[in-house]
Amino acid sequence: MTQSVVVQVGQCGNQIGCCFWDLALREHAAVNQKGIYDEAISSFFRNVDTRVVGDGGSISKGKICSLKARAVLIDMEEGVVNEILQGPLRDVFDTKQLITDISGSGNNWAVGHKVFGSLYQDQILEKFRKSAEHCDCLQCFFIIHSMGGGTGSGLGTFLLKVLEDEFPEVYRFVTSIYPSGEDDVITSPYNSILAMKELNEHADCVLPIDNQSLFDIISKIDLMVNSGKLGTTVKPKSLVTSSSGALKKQHKKPFDAMNNIVANLLLNLTSSARFEGSLNMDLNEISMNLVPFPQLHYLVSSLTPLYTLTDVNIPPRRLDQMFSDAFSKDHQLLRADPKHSLYLACALMVRGNVQISDLRRNIERLKPSLQFVSWNQEGWKTSLCSVPPVGHSHSLLALANNTCVKPTFMELKERFMRLYKKKAHLHHYLQVEGMEESCFTEAVSSLSALIQEYDQLDATKNMPVQDLPRLSIAM
Amino acid sequence: MSIVTVQLGQCGNQIGFEVFDALLSDSHSSQGLCSMRENEAYQASCKERFFSEEENGVPIARAVLVDMEPKVINQMLSKAAQSGQWKYGQHACFCQKQGSGNNWAYGYSVHGPRHEESIMNIIRKEVEKCDSFSGFFIIMSMAGGTGSGLGAFVTQNLEDQYSNSLKMNQIIWPYGTGEVIVQNYNSILTLSHLYRSSDALLLHENDAIHKICAKLMNIKQISFSDINQVLAHQLGSVFQPTYSAESSFHYRRNPLGDLMEHLVPHPEFKMLSVRNIPHMSENSLAYTTFTWAGLLKHLRQMLISNAKMEEGIDRHVWPPLSGLPPLSKMSLNKDLHFNTSIANLVILRGKDVQSADVEGFKDPALYTSWLKPVNAFNVWKTQRAFSKYEKSAVLVSNSQFLVKPLDMIVGKAWNMFASKAYIHQYTKFGIEEEDFLDSFTSLEQVVASYCNL
Repeated sequence: MTQSVVVQVGQCGNQIGCCFWDLALREHAAVNQKGIYDEAISSFFRNVDTRVVGDGGSISKGKICSLKARAVLIDMEEGVVNEILQGPLRDVFDTKQLITDISGSGNNWAVGHKVFGSLYQDQILEKFRKSAEHCDCLQCFFIIHSMGGGTGSGLGTFLLKVLEDEFPEVYRFVTSIYPSGEDDVITSPYNSILAMKELNEHADCVLPIDNQSLFDIISKIDLMVNSGKLGTTVKPKSLVTSSSGALKKQHKKPFDAMNNIVANLLLNLTSSARFEGSLNMDLNEISMNLVPFPQLHYLVSSLTPLYTLTDVNIPPRRLDQMFSDAFSKDHQLLRADPKHSLYLACALMVRGNVQISDLRRNIERLKPSLQFVSWNQEGWKTSLCSVPPVGHSHSLLALANNTCVKPTFMELKERFMRLYKKKAHLHHYLQVEGMEESCFTEAVSSLSALIQEYDQLDATKNMPVQDLPRLSIAM
Repeated sequence: MSIVTVQLGQCGNQIGFEVFDALLSDSHSSQGLCSMRENEAYQASCKERFFSEEENGVPIARAVLVDMEPKVINQMLSKAAQSGQWKYGQHACFCQKQGSGNNWAYGYSVHGPRHEESIMNIIRKEVEKCDSFSGFFIIMSMAGGTGSGLGAFVTQNLEDQYSNSLKMNQIIWPYGTGEVIVQNYNSILTLSHLYRSSDALLLHENDAIHKICAKLMNIKQISFSDINQVLAHQLGSVFQPTYSAESSFHYRRNPLGDLMEHLVPHPEFKMLSVRNIPHMSENSLAYTTFTWAGLLKHLRQMLISNAKMEEGIDRHVWPPLSGLPPLSKMSLNKDLHFNTSIANLVILRGKDVQSADVEGFKDPALYTSWLKPVNAFNVWKTQRAFSKYEKSAVLVSNSQFLVKPLDMIVGKAWNMFASKAYIHQYTKFGIEEEDFLDSFTSLEQVVASYCNL
């Protein structure tokens, strides 16, 4: 069994990380009733004897003593991380896993990347090495960060290079929260595009998510729940609707519900690696199947169903709805419309009581309405994990390598250019040591090249699929 | 003689379990519909073939379980032990912590060399337990990375280290509409390498088995377990003991040797397919009776019309007229979808088996011109019924059955290769474009050879 380490960076990364560890504990508690430290739990948690002083004390078998998250928490201000350490998850973390500062990155990628990167490089590396030493087969680093702020975008992408140099064979999966057009950080376009260059060069897979999509999904659920249409049958404690269980609180802190969606994404992504199923999928299969060219490693995700009905027996029609919804633009975690764009590859990761015939039936049913690139007409990767998420009888995570990510990148570039042409706020970046204007021009060139790759693929859309002449054999 | 089964990857291990379970369930069945003496001889032969000396009276499968991640192997070990009827050897397993990631190159070039010694040691110990060794049966999928890449590597090692023993690979053909995105690459790499190192490839298509579950078995929600049980039934029907036509006093002793002697007369033609009749749900079976004439008529029509199951057979396909020149024959094959054979083996199990008439399979028009029907066709029989069927027939065929599926896979892989998609994932682990081209060349040759029968 392999292990993964979660690296949560910045305010946003740590808030999502907090939700992730809460849900992970609940998921494993639901599956593992006897409290035995098993292989599945070991993927994300160490089992530690708290009586042992220092870094040792790992226990690989037997009863759970004290679970410690395989995590590194990084923020350049103390607020969120301190809140975690005071909160209900305090026993899961150790102060040795933290790197914090007090001044923050000032919503400035350059400060996060150049100043704090240099300042904390050795500490970051030390934390990574320590977390890796505790794994007996480290497979993946999950980095969670936002693109709009300075710490998430700057330091969050700086450590990608550190990881690549130190652990070249360990995957780097990045969950990046993209700012929406109305983001209150005015410099977010600069931060995002500077970060994009790093993601292009150093990430294995990026799961782009934007706040507006999360907000729209939460609003859709609210509307459904409060309309009375399904009110009597929606499970109030479903993980996707709210971890607190009280719908009123959801309005006070909408970010909790939004963070839960991202946390569920990561749990569903790794469910087949942790739990048993008739068609297993490990993490190394994701980049193998979904990244046809090294630069095109952005995957659009959707999670269905959004809420859970109380019926445990699923009529096939409702199951089919789960599959249909996965391709609808309203269920994507990025504002994107994959159904009307071009698929390079698609993974369907199913959990719960779903059989291979359900999977095959839905692929056959959906295929005619989706357009796949000419050289990958059957570009499906499938997995079946028998363990459903807590509170659900079944769920589906769809990951698409699809040209529908292009509008997000184009919009980002437009917002960047609008600021850049006026040289607005540029001096805040250029005064940072090591920062030059060429950093900006190179970053926008990198993004433009990526957009062009997608353009070339889109150009093949609607062209007739023709088989190429094959090798002829002399008889 | 005994067979050592090597189970590779998630797919190979799940199927292997079902095969051993099916073999022993059939062996223990009280509905053999034959004499007690006959039944006891059948059971003894099955046991010697597939199981080694009993520990506390429980047979131990002659098997080696290989996977690069531990979940499935652990599951199979405990399921077998829980049955109480049989189990796997405790030291017959090899697994690691991280899988091959659906990457043939990783399985073949990294996992293979790294674990060669450990895996071959376990296999050697299993072979040494056999009083008389017939050969290896290797179960694998060609879609993923462990079954396909590591499977090709292991088979090559078996060829090097046991060059006098036979190797038959049982290969699972992935769903045509996609289950692994790089499955076509993995498939061409697997098949081209196995063509050099294996003695025979017995191929099962997931799509065909799925249809059997849906249409013949009437299963509404088909699980992988259902699919694997149909596969196991088909394999069991081939490998359970039979008499040869020449000697009706002892069950044949060299199952792999006899099979390949009959079916693989030339190393360029080694792709085998299986067709079973009947396949039926328990409910339907209770209300149905079979005649040998009916079963064999359907089976023959399945053969010549290239049908994958008894439902939906094209009844208008006929053998070409004998005496036509080869060019005309090729034209007829293409137009009428007639399936030409190299060699066929029909295995008959059950009641009144001696009365079954297999003359229809001896028609020279079914076969390629360079092999006489007396050499191209064989029949094995036993009065002992198989599984729940009073009468059952299975055809193991070396014919054009797999030309179209192979041609499609090569075509899809070629289109993807032309775009250079995913190639970087393979070159990272030492499989270069030249290796792909070698595979394409090799398989185009196989397609052409079968097309020109």
